[in-house]
Amino acid sequence: MKITVDEEKCCGAGTCVLTAPDVFDQRDEDGVVVLLDESPGADLQASAREAASTCPAQAILLSERA
Amino acid sequence: MSAPSSVLVVGASAAGLSVAEHLRHRGFEGDLTVLGAEPTAPYDRPPLSKQVLAGAWEAERARLRDEVRLSELDASFVLGDPAVGLDAAGREVWTASGRRFGADAVVVATGVRHRALPGQDELAGAHVLRTLGDSLALRADLLGASRSVVVGEGVLGAEVAATARAMGVDVTMVGPQPAPMAAQVGPLVSARLAELHASRGVSLRLGVGVRELVGDAGRVVGVGLDSGEVLDTDAVLVAVGAVPNTGWLAGSGLELADGVVCDSRCRAADGIYAVGDVARWWHDDFGRLMRLENRTNATQQALTVAGNVLGEDHAFTPVPYFWTDQHDVKIQMHGVLAAGAAVSVVDGSLDEDRFVARYERDGRVIGVLGWNMPKQSGLRRKEIVAPLSDPAGPLETRK
Ligand SMILES: Cc1cc2nc3c(=O)[nH]c(=O)nc-3n(C[C@H](O)[C@H](O)[C@H](O)COP(=O)(O)OP(=O)(O)OC[C@H]3O[C@@H](n4cnc5c(N)ncnc54)[C@H](O)[C@@H]3O)c2cc1C
Ligand code: SF4
Repeated sequence: MKITVDEEKCCGAGTCVLTAPDVFDQRDEDGVVVLLDESPGADLQASAREAASTCPAQAILLSERA
Repeated sequence: MSAPSSVLVVGASAAGLSVAEHLRHRGFEGDLTVLGAEPTAPYDRPPLSKQVLAGAWEAERARLRDEVRLSELDASFVLGDPAVGLDAAGREVWTASGRRFGADAVVVATGVRHRALPGQDELAGAHVLRTLGDSLALRADLLGASRSVVVGEGVLGAEVAATARAMGVDVTMVGPQPAPMAAQVGPLVSARLAELHASRGVSLRLGVGVRELVGDAGRVVGVGLDSGEVLDTDAVLVAVGAVPNTGWLAGSGLELADGVVCDSRCRAADGIYAVGDVARWWHDDFGRLMRLENRTNATQQALTVAGNVLGEDHAFTPVPYFWTDQHDVKIQMHGVLAAGAAVSVVDGSLDEDRFVARYERDGRVIGVLGWNMPKQSGLRRKEIVAPLSDPAGPLETRK
């Protein structure tokens, strides 16, 4: 799994951090998403997928290849 | 109920689309139909009072999914044809054009509509803001306006006032509360919001109700206040709250009371669920029925509903969460920011214009608000979770 984030779209809602704290963080100053792990291991993939699908801004893209 | 072989979602917006996606993610391979009243592909509403209204985004950018992602869903979208009736026992829905759809499970995701003032519909220049079309029409009128008025000092009114200022439009915010969002965030933060709006040039005319819109030759020309004063204007946004879109469910057999009444599983009847702004479900931790009108709730509730449709059995017990952007300030609200709660600043400071305020009642943290501190307020949200799910009983009855 490969993750990319779109900082432009991110509204800083932070649901990704609540859902998958090992994969996502937020910038201190404006809350924009910070990707901690762009290819998370098997144990984190389910929560990463949930974070992508509940992100209100559709700012997290997942590609299941590689 | 065992897993259904067909699911019908009514309402093709944030909540409805999310349910459809979560169903597929969870391996549902049956027939999936999504009905929507609007003819457009599903789009997102928060940008309608912010980036789209400001003209910073093309309307296209507010789309929730592109064509490719929509077609990957393998769902049949029936758009521009509102549902007008439901037979709950037979799980059948019929539409304005006369089509009928039956399914093993029906998900109601029809959202809310914004209240208008009496006579508003006949007046050009007077707007509500719920749809993409509303946003574009309001924008066009604001661009040509020399003076505008926002009726309503809640979150939507406050956002639009901020956006109008950013567009260079003269704007006055009116409403009965003493300060913007006073009922939602309490006196400390609402006083701060009043300062913010005033410092950016929004005229505040608060603490007085609105009596009527004044029209001339079919156009709005003024807003009449309870004080007798009339504010002259060329464009008005009316943001005085919303009502759930449940009219089409009259006679369906479902219980309707400020939304579709559901159990803790978001189930309104056997095989019938509600999700998003229209759903009023039993929140186990709060021990009461709750209906939330916010974007984050729409997707989170969709996750639970999709699971329950497929035979899981999960109560939906979120900590409510809402964000708003006004001028250059980002505000995040977690939990319940009840009026009368004790409020203290626990991170940052008012002087720095970045802070986290904690809301406590009876010695328990019930809410957290971040002002330009989205990350830190998110971290403090954990302090709320524990007391809300305290087995000692529902918050309302605790002493
Ligand atoms: C201008 C604006 C700004 C906002 N900003 C924020 C924000 O900053 N933060 C935040 O958290 N939330 C915000 N919200 C709230 C958020 O957009 C809503 O909570 C969210 O859209 C709810 O999604 P929903 O799918 O439940 O309902 P809706 O988005 O209302 O969608 C319901 C859909 O059902 C359709 N429908 C209605 N009746 C029928 C019928 N009979 N048959 C078929 N279809 C029907 C409607 O046309 C609509 O497309 C904002 C809302 C607005 C309007
Ligand atoms: S959930 Fe989405 S919008 Fe929110 S911080 Fe994460 S990426 Fe940004």
